[in-house]
Amino acid sequence: MKFKINNRFKGVLGCLLAVGLFVSTPSFALQQDSLAQDSAVTAVADSSATVAPVDSATAVPAADSASVAPAAKASSSSSSPSVEPESTIDPQVYKDLTYYVLLFLIICTVVAVIGKVLSVYELTSKMNGKYNPFSNNKFQSVLFLVFLVAFLGFVYYGYAVWGSWAWRAAVTEHGKSVDTMFIITTVIITIVLVLIHILLLGFPYIYRMRADSKAFYYPHNDTIEKIWTIVPAIVLTVLVLFGFFTWRSITNVPEDLQKSAIQIEVLGEQFQWQVRYPGNDGVIGKRNYKMTTPMNSYGIDFNDQGAWDDLQASDIVIPVNKSVRFHIISKDIIHSFFIPDFRVQINAVPGMTNYFQFTPTVTTAEMRERMNDPLYDYVMLCNKICGSGHFNMQKKVIVVTEAEYKEWLSTQNKYFTEDLQKEFADAKVQEPSHLASASLN
Amino acid sequence: MSSTVISHGAAHHDADNHHHETFLTKYIFSQDHKMIAKQFLITGIVMAVFAMVLSILFRIQLAWPDKDFPILEVFLGKWAEGGRMKPEFFLSLVTIHGTMMVFFVLTAGLSGTFSNLLIPYQLGARDMASPLMNMISYWLFFTACVLMVSSFFVESGPASAGWTIYPPLSAVPTAIAGSGLGMTLWLISMTLFIASQVVGGVNYISTVLNLRTKGMDLWKMPLTIWAFFLTAIVGLLSFPVLVSAVVLLFFDRSVGTSFYLSDLVVQGQILPNEGGSPILFQHLFWFLGHPEVYIVVMPALGLTSEVISTNSRKPIFGYHAMVYSLVGISVLSFIVWGHHMFVTGMNPFLGGVFMITTLIIAVPSAVKAFNYIATLWRGNIRFTPAMMFAIGMVSFFVSGGLTGLYLGNAALDINLHDTYFVVAHFHLVMGSASIFGMLCGVYHWYPKMFGRMMDTKLGYLHFWLTFLGAYLVFFPMHFMGIDGVPRRYYSFTAFPFMEKWVSVNLLITWAAIIAGLAQVAFLWNFFSSIWKGKKAPQNPWGSNTLEWTTPVEHIHGNWPGEIPTVYRWPYDYSKPGHDTDFIPQNVPHSETMSSNLAHDFEGNEEAVRIQNEWNKANNREIIEE
Repeated sequence: MKFKINNRFKGVLGCLLAVGLFVSTPSFALQQDSLAQDSAVTAVADSSATVAPVDSATAVPAADSASVAPAAKASSSSSSPSVEPESTIDPQVYKDLTYYVLLFLIICTVVAVIGKVLSVYELTSKMNGKYNPFSNNKFQSVLFLVFLVAFLGFVYYGYAVWGSWAWRAAVTEHGKSVDTMFIITTVIITIVLVLIHILLLGFPYIYRMRADSKAFYYPHNDTIEKIWTIVPAIVLTVLVLFGFFTWRSITNVPEDLQKSAIQIEVLGEQFQWQVRYPGNDGVIGKRNYKMTTPMNSYGIDFNDQGAWDDLQASDIVIPVNKSVRFHIISKDIIHSFFIPDFRVQINAVPGMTNYFQFTPTVTTAEMRERMNDPLYDYVMLCNKICGSGHFNMQKKVIVVTEAEYKEWLSTQNKYFTEDLQKEFADAKVQEPSHLASASLN
Repeated sequence: MSSTVISHGAAHHDADNHHHETFLTKYIFSQDHKMIAKQFLITGIVMAVFAMVLSILFRIQLAWPDKDFPILEVFLGKWAEGGRMKPEFFLSLVTIHGTMMVFFVLTAGLSGTFSNLLIPYQLGARDMASPLMNMISYWLFFTACVLMVSSFFVESGPASAGWTIYPPLSAVPTAIAGSGLGMTLWLISMTLFIASQVVGGVNYISTVLNLRTKGMDLWKMPLTIWAFFLTAIVGLLSFPVLVSAVVLLFFDRSVGTSFYLSDLVVQGQILPNEGGSPILFQHLFWFLGHPEVYIVVMPALGLTSEVISTNSRKPIFGYHAMVYSLVGISVLSFIVWGHHMFVTGMNPFLGGVFMITTLIIAVPSAVKAFNYIATLWRGNIRFTPAMMFAIGMVSFFVSGGLTGLYLGNAALDINLHDTYFVVAHFHLVMGSASIFGMLCGVYHWYPKMFGRMMDTKLGYLHFWLTFLGAYLVFFPMHFMGIDGVPRRYYSFTAFPFMEKWVSVNLLITWAAIIAGLAQVAFLWNFFSSIWKGKKAPQNPWGSNTLEWTTPVEHIHGNWPGEIPTVYRWPYDYSKPGHDTDFIPQNVPHSETMSSNLAHDFEGNEEAVRIQNEWNKANNREIIEE
């Protein structure tokens, strides 16, 4: 099972590897294929600059698009009658792969060589009697210390840079208390994270094994253990109580407030959202999924006259500082109604209605000013895996003043269009047969 | 019954081997716990590599959403036409990556390997209570793996509804292509897998309860065994619930029942199902799904407890507290599942209750983390690769666990649910922590499994690249989640507010690729050391537990003569007064008169009297009773 080759072979193999790598450098190999001279010139310049992977990687697509464009086009356009399906893949692709594989092998070889050098060094120092069996132990413990510093720096960088990218204060009433709690939690866990890591990565350095050291036999200390059971318990109790009451205040809206709010229904389907406003009567009409037709894709039950004045909207438009109650339903599978800026999320589940009531406090125009971005928009997006279009299932949310809202509302179209009225009337005629089949169920 | 066959008598297991072993019975249909452990481990490693490659594929898509990679078409064909991955296939990758990692790698690969290896070894048993069931457990698992991989060769593609397979998406093939035959294979595979877990779990529990050697009472068991034992109990109680969920889903898909389906209009077609509830599935799923998290992480905690204690040359701090916190986690894990469903439309009051139980579970977890650190304090720490992975595991457990305080809080979860924050959280606390626990176990017990040592330098390289890589991959994801970027998004190009994260995605993907390639160091090290590694001594780490009293060469029945008797707990490291810094469990107190403490005698008056006589003769302090 020993895989040993004598020195001569090793040299030959090394040469082969090097030559192979050189030949298969994407830009170099491309030069053999392509006829376009201008791209080849730059490519050679690149390849001559040893084997910097980043350079060649960027050179490939540039050259690709310049010279092998016809081939790429042939593969992408399905209408062109390609004789043999294999020929649609450019051979360059295989050469690129080989190049990266060889590059990886070179790295492996370098690592192996370094490993050998280290073990030779170790052996010689053993022979000279200078070998310190703890030197590696010390080296690893120092690495832990280095890692500790890097880790703390990384955490700081994350908070400072990515944190500032990520953080936007909530623009709803309930969102403010969510944000407060978020910040309190962040402060607590950051302190714990930093302290624990200082201990966890510092102790390995301080208490690394040395020639004369011995560990301290210390199996338990009930007092300390009690302290660090009780302290987290107290901290958590505070967080739990705070969280529980916040959660209740968001989800447990008194009934009279539920009724006085603006009611809006949002229906999720693959892969879009539909919005329904209740119209003048302030009541959203009934929906019956069995009434879904190509024209009435929402499945509104027009037997309910409350549905006749329901309005169709292309965006979610809501007035500022008014309580809005969203009725979230789904037509096909589970979606999730998620507005990050509002701290609002609830799943759209087929067969049941979920509710989320909240009050926006900042209009879109104000937010644009605050963000210093004239194109900024609140967005509602789908946050539950729902199929191929999941990543692009969005609806714009526009918060406006009360007056603008009223004006906008008056321009919206009704769901019950003339075509639908006709369809509905036709269906009425056939109703008896419907009823008969229903009673069989 | 089998336990009577494997008697404690030495006569049956003397040097001459009366079991005729062919290649088939020794390597394939083996009933020997050591071989089955190796089978679980190698299958787990193969699955881990497979699932890791899947993850790198979808990371490539996320980092370069606008770029073609023609090489992908070579391997993936129609799923990456023109070198660009299809959204459905992206979801398949995410789904199968999750399923394989959670179930095949971190459940079977981790607790399957080390429960099988260590339960008989550390308890002083000749083998498992039922070697046959043990073998069946492995082959069920193997079949499940094959079925899951085979779904990649199905026309409509593998399951793609996420590893949580929420219906109706997973139930209606017209909603997504992967919910066709691929999903059926997923369900069959999972059923077989659960059968494997149940058979294995019964076996582990009965072995721990019945086959402990003389003197090995429950409070002398190493923490590894405690962890495996509790894991097996949790698994046995929760996995069958997933079977019911899976079988009902199977009925909904194939027989036309409506357990989970109601009011559906999919692709313009009104489905006949009425009266079901998708939320029911989520309850059933998470009733397993949450304990599953602890099934994954508790064995890792057990392994690292042992490794940290051994390599700090110091008893594990607060052994009893460690056990009680494991028990606490096990019990609480059953009543927290609702925190996965705060925003599904579950009764909000119920959500509040689940939030309270969820945050309570942080207490035993915190105790464990503090006890690890107290174990390191004033230790004499030796950095074997196993020890480094153990420290890394604690680091991940802490940094991932802390973010659980956000997600367990229902009010904060409104905004974080199903975002990248969740991805970051569970990949650290359960993914990386458990993988590190597993790798720590592999490095530590490799000499016991294969009789050879692994290369330590490659081990260090592997550790540092993986440790750095994991943090670089998962730490930035928290911030994407806070910004509201949902998980399982095929690309970030459709929303203006996500565009800033494309650069971070690039960093994450490069870190993932480098960490992925670093696993080659491990694979090379692992497989080449099987044949070429340095021969292992009997007890390479100076460890106290019983497995290191067995001969290096594996023999049937583990010990050539009598099974050793246990006299002490497994953590007598650096005991003052003793000449070496470890005292194995099978050394009686009569041989360690110079280091015995009052505590060791557990109120045995006769023993105290003898000890005091010796103390008087040697001018030592008299033990008070």
